[in-house]
Amino acid sequence: MSSYVSPIREPLVTGSKTYHDITEDLVSPTEKAPAASWVIGFILSISALAVGLFCIAWTIWHGIGTWNLNRTIGWGWDITNFVWWIGIGHAGTLISAILLLFRQKWRTGVNRAAEAMTIFAVICAALFPGIHVGRAWVVFYFFPYPNTRGPLWPNFNSPLLWDLFAISTYFTVSLLFWYTGLVPDFATVRDRAKGIRKKIYNLLSFGWVGSAKHWQRWEYLSLVLAGVATPLVLSVHTIVSFDFATSVIPGWHTTIFPPYFVAGAIFSGFAMVLTLMLVTRKILNLQDYITIAHIESMNKVILATGTIVGVAYLTELFIAWYSGYVYEQFAFFNRALGPYWWSYFGMMACNVITPQFFWFKKIRRSIFWTFLLSIVVNIGMWFERFVIIATTLARDYLPSSWSYYSPTWVEMGIYIGTFGLFFTLYLLFTRVAPVVAIAEVKHILKSSGDQYSGKADPGHHHVDVQEDPNFISYLSGSSFDYAKDKDGNLSYATVTKDTSSTAAAGTAKKSESVTSSKPDDLKKLEGIGPKVASALIAAGITTFSQLSETAIDRLQQILDEGEGNFMGNSPESWPEQAKLAAEGKWDELNDLMDRLDGGKY
Amino acid sequence: MGAKKLVFGLYNDEEVLLEAVKSANAEHIDIYDVYSPFPIHGLDPLLGLAESRLHIAGFIYGMLGTLTAFLGMSWIFTKDWPIIFGGKPYWAVPSFIPITFEVTVLFASIGMVVTFYIINGLGPGVENTYLHDRITDDKFCLAFDSDKMTNADAEQFFRKTGASEVHEKDIK
Repeated sequence: MSSYVSPIREPLVTGSKTYHDITEDLVSPTEKAPAASWVIGFILSISALAVGLFCIAWTIWHGIGTWNLNRTIGWGWDITNFVWWIGIGHAGTLISAILLLFRQKWRTGVNRAAEAMTIFAVICAALFPGIHVGRAWVVFYFFPYPNTRGPLWPNFNSPLLWDLFAISTYFTVSLLFWYTGLVPDFATVRDRAKGIRKKIYNLLSFGWVGSAKHWQRWEYLSLVLAGVATPLVLSVHTIVSFDFATSVIPGWHTTIFPPYFVAGAIFSGFAMVLTLMLVTRKILNLQDYITIAHIESMNKVILATGTIVGVAYLTELFIAWYSGYVYEQFAFFNRALGPYWWSYFGMMACNVITPQFFWFKKIRRSIFWTFLLSIVVNIGMWFERFVIIATTLARDYLPSSWSYYSPTWVEMGIYIGTFGLFFTLYLLFTRVAPVVAIAEVKHILKSSGDQYSGKADPGHHHVDVQEDPNFISYLSGSSFDYAKDKDGNLSYATVTKDTSSTAAAGTAKKSESVTSSKPDDLKKLEGIGPKVASALIAAGITTFSQLSETAIDRLQQILDEGEGNFMGNSPESWPEQAKLAAEGKWDELNDLMDRLDGGKY
Repeated sequence: MGAKKLVFGLYNDEEVLLEAVKSANAEHIDIYDVYSPFPIHGLDPLLGLAESRLHIAGFIYGMLGTLTAFLGMSWIFTKDWPIIFGGKPYWAVPSFIPITFEVTVLFASIGMVVTFYIINGLGPGVENTYLHDRITDDKFCLAFDSDKMTNADAEQFFRKTGASEVHEKDIK
């Protein structure tokens, strides 16, 4: 086909999809009534959101005193949840930006949903500092703007302000990146929609027409946005870690924090993407687009980043001991064996041991184990943030300030509320937008579709003639006698002049196709490309059986007379291949193709 | 733009369309545009499309962001309201780096995306005439200007190059 694909690469689109199949499969979830499981999920999410909104209102009305924070424990569940959600928001832009730069084609199956998760997770995260400041209605004081208070500016030396800039930028860039990718797909939905839906999607698709120049600029934009988003995604959790690392608190002020936070963020982000995608692919029947190969690739990322996190934990312990600094040593001793030992144990068990299971290919490719372990990783990463924040603050320099922190119902309710917000937004997203990037999957179909890499189930190889109901050619009342096989490849036969109406022509063709032989996709045979196939069709050879009965000399003659340069093509094996194809012996044909070299013996 | 009439053929496969574009070039036929459901690699040079300069614009926007952030913070903390934070000098360059970086990325991204939509004539509420419902699905469209080519010639061309349908349509 068009580009060489290594035979060891697994196909990323299975089920021998045509371009039209992709559109049908990915747009239909937005057109059908929601499944019962969706409705139940939505009701649960909305309920959780309502709990959260109530607790936020309670916090704002009564003040932060409703939380169990005090003078030494200034950060509790709020900042734990903030860092946790921000971490989850790291997979989306990593998948869309870094994997785009690395030309990882498997990103196309999961990038759309992962980017949506990024945006929703960042919204959940931003909520926490927003209400933690207390007077949430003047939260805009954070931003530097010429004001009547001096003007009084924020402190640009503060990592908390850096964080504000990092997260606002991250949210904006992720949203722009996501939406620009969605525009062509909204156009696809628009062109199938009717009535009010058409109006809505017309608005959403920005008038996209798919012009060549627009696509060129679209690809440039995606690439350059990926280029700037790559350092951005690395910078966000780096700066979140600065909130801790630039302090003078033992256990926080370590230089390992930035890389270790970034690895941890990617680790937890991929875990959340897997948790949600495994459910989404099942409910929306996306098994052909989010394949086991995708799941295995993501599990490999979890293994790599999880191992980095594990090494970082052990490095922290070593450095605490090696530094000879008693406060640092005490901080880590307290984490592992102090009153919060259970959270340290949970963190170590979930984050250090769990990802190591993914060394086994069977577990990497098992949906059950992946789902289970991805949830364990999410729990572990929440414990990590809790360990860093709560256990450290509960043991101050002054033993007189020592205390034990546990959340109030208000803090728990807000955390539940962010789950409600996240899942409500995600469920709405699956109804409104195609959850897999349609245009991008079509783009990789010919290099990663199973039928093109010869890995399709041979049962899919039978050829159907499909009458296209949209077929009209009204310019001079003539019609092209063409047929499309299952792969969407054009295998047009002789061109006929037909002055009768299109409908009549359609019926005539239908009856004809039953009696006479159907055109086959000659390109299935080794050594026959689109050009050769059209030359053969022009010479009247449209089926495998016709080809098998044609003499090699005649085939060579067709090539010599045909348009274009066929110097490299040798027809010597074609009749033998065609004979096997005509008899439906696909296994034998595959064996023969393995022995052939570009169609030559 | 005045009203224009286009005659266009729809192909079922991008490789067939690429061959058709090559034939059109060989026959010196002016191509109005090509519309497709996804970007077709190798098409731009055949259509004579120049490389996009969007990335240059992005660089300029980014530099603008760098200067805005860095000069802004420098002016605020040295001229407008100098304050000593934690014993640092007023002009504490290293602690300006994170914000300078973030604002650079922000300006480059917003600038490029807005430029992208403006130069393409796309945006919320824009109504473009699209030639056929299945161009965003599975059809690859090659369009000629009707003023420059008769329908009979166009039809002959499309038939020869393997189009599955031929239509004509007025666009704005």
